[in-house]
Amino acid sequence: MCAKRVSVVDNERCVGCQLCMFACSRRLGYGGLGLSAILVKSTGGIERGFTVIVCRACQSPPCQKVCPTGALTAREGGGVRLNQDKCIGCGHCRDACPFGAIFWNYELNKPIVCLYCGYCVNYCPYKVLSFEGVRK
Amino acid sequence: MYGKVLHIDLSRKRSWVDDQSELFANRIGGVGVGIKLLEEELPKGADPLGPENVIVFAVGPLTGLYPMASKTIALFKSPLTGNLGESHAGGRSATAIRLAGYEAIVIKGASETPIYVAIHGGKVFFRDASGLWGVGNSLTVGRILREREPGAGVRSIMRIGVAGEKLVRYACVTTETYRHFGRLGLGAVFGSKKLKALVVSGAGIIPVKDVKLYRTLYDEIFNAATRTAIMRKYHDIGTSMNVSPLNEIGGLPTRNLKEARFEDAEKISGDFLAENYLGRRVACSHCPVACIHLAALREPYEDEPYFYKTTMISYDYEPIYALGSMLGISDTQGMFKLFHEAEVLAVDAMSTGVVLAWMTEAFEKGLISERETAGLKPRWGDWRTYLKAMRLIVEQPTEFYRDLSMGVMYASSKYGGSSYALSLGGNEMPGYHTGPAAHIGFLTGARHSHLDSAGYSLDQKILKENRKPSIEEIVDYLLEEESWRQILSSLVVCFFARGIYNPAFVEKALRAVGYSFNSSELVKLGLEFLREKNRFKVREGFKLKDLNLPERIYETPSPLGYIDREFVRKAVDLFYAKMGL
Ligand code: SF4
Ligand code: SF4
Repeated sequence: MCAKRVSVVDNERCVGCQLCMFACSRRLGYGGLGLSAILVKSTGGIERGFTVIVCRACQSPPCQKVCPTGALTAREGGGVRLNQDKCIGCGHCRDACPFGAIFWNYELNKPIVCLYCGYCVNYCPYKVLSFEGVRK
Repeated sequence: MYGKVLHIDLSRKRSWVDDQSELFANRIGGVGVGIKLLEEELPKGADPLGPENVIVFAVGPLTGLYPMASKTIALFKSPLTGNLGESHAGGRSATAIRLAGYEAIVIKGASETPIYVAIHGGKVFFRDASGLWGVGNSLTVGRILREREPGAGVRSIMRIGVAGEKLVRYACVTTETYRHFGRLGLGAVFGSKKLKALVVSGAGIIPVKDVKLYRTLYDEIFNAATRTAIMRKYHDIGTSMNVSPLNEIGGLPTRNLKEARFEDAEKISGDFLAENYLGRRVACSHCPVACIHLAALREPYEDEPYFYKTTMISYDYEPIYALGSMLGISDTQGMFKLFHEAEVLAVDAMSTGVVLAWMTEAFEKGLISERETAGLKPRWGDWRTYLKAMRLIVEQPTEFYRDLSMGVMYASSKYGGSSYALSLGGNEMPGYHTGPAAHIGFLTGARHSHLDSAGYSLDQKILKENRKPSIEEIVDYLLEEESWRQILSSLVVCFFARGIYNPAFVEKALRAVGYSFNSSELVKLGLEFLREKNRFKVREGFKLKDLNLPERIYETPSPLGYIDREFVRKAVDLFYAKMGL
């Protein structure tokens, strides 16, 4: 089975409902957005539509390369895994991600990294997202 | 903790947080809590435009947890009616407030110089807004704040336009470009406090008591909203789908309600707009329905060939009525330009339309002339003139336009034409001339709005059943509906989702996240909140005997025939008697 990721199929269909964002924290048992690894924001005002920011599961992840403690390891097939215990909260990974897809847990001072579970995709009412194999 | 109230004192530039968990535990949130806070914080008889007015923003226990619990309620003293001001808005306001860690924000005092307040990460910042004050286009203000402030995606930018600065009594507060605290003049209250904007960002988490039940109920709502017909009306065509059916039955106020059918309704109807102009649909945060319909208006520049601009303009039933049929406008693009101007100035489209309609008829009848209108000749359908008039109402270069900026009741008390000044309880009329229930609802509703008790749907039901309504039936319906809506707006759930959030469901939804109210308790509380709102109104000078329908409403037949004066009077009395006022 190949590694999967959330892919933004067509952001022009996005209505900005943020249900995907809420889904991500809910899958961990919480309401709100504090643990979400996906962000939807307007592209310069709501009149211009939305952009969805989520980990695209890079083959050669820059975030992993800059992690000084080895807390981020490359996932087979693309993307990364985070080992919370090794993470020192330096924030290099967040700065290195060109998409801004590493979010931050301010309480723990640790990154929030997508788990590639696909839960959010089930709650997108407008088929903006799909859960698919990582493209090589 | 559930029940954190952030207080902001604009005079002293101070803020503090207050634990009101007990108040929230007893009174849910939203209006239930809000009316109590307003009662306590607002000195009796306060000047709505003085520093002593208080603004309460509140969200509720379901905010940030369930879909469509997406509204923020605002309570204040209204500069338009002089008593209870209440309006609701969505956008990202509710989510942002709760996830910033607050359930309510109370704003009091006034700043000497223009400021805006930003709330990020549990900190409050008072920032200078002198440069933003007077910027002619409120959309520009939104753009500037978007660039200056952090929190993209998880913030709300609530701002006023020039109308609020100039204290137009029906100026609105706009959030996320297209949503509004529209009615009853919150914009003017912001303006009087020299508060240009309130920016709130937040992305916290909310622990829930019973995660399993929470997820199950969440899915139930999600499925009902996306896979059943229950929300389809708002989803497909949006609220504008009301235009045609209301016109067909003869309930669409037209040309200042001289008529209730518009010959060109087709050109402003939901189907027509969707087919020819719909450019995008957007949603409030945490709402899968996406009822916000944006028209793409493409216009050429005259000085340059092959040069166009495309403006995205939000449309809904109420502005279509107020700035469309009410003004006899059949040029769709012209109507859109009026909508856009309302956004630019940040005025309530509904009140503005009713004011312009009165102005047109008063001009027609010779009560006012070009001397008053500064040379404008208002004429049904002539959107170009209305466009100019809107700006004049905001800029108020003459006494007449200043009078118009006070609302239609005030203007007509000065120039005459009260019999066709379509104001109910001081608030300009909503777009339903469906029968007695609608109008009795506007009169008795705590904020004199169609959103109070939706009498128009009862009228339409009675029409379908082809029978005569009784006073009892109407009063019971309105009272029950308005009471229950107090609960929805305490939770705070969008009224469009009222089909999903019935009492039994609300009880379960609350239980999953840790609050126990049973459904019959909720119904009782709703009535209690409604009583309190009305007691507050009375405290601030509201008098039952001042409640009257303008003559015009009796003169123009509704789909249920002519409305009977005696019937209305008796119904209003019975309503207040049953409510216990
Ligand atoms: S795939 Fe899972 S972890 Fe990643 S954004 Fe979606 S819900 Fe969150
Ligand atoms: S759930 Fe879909 S439509 Fe809604 S914000 Fe996310 S990507 Fe956009």
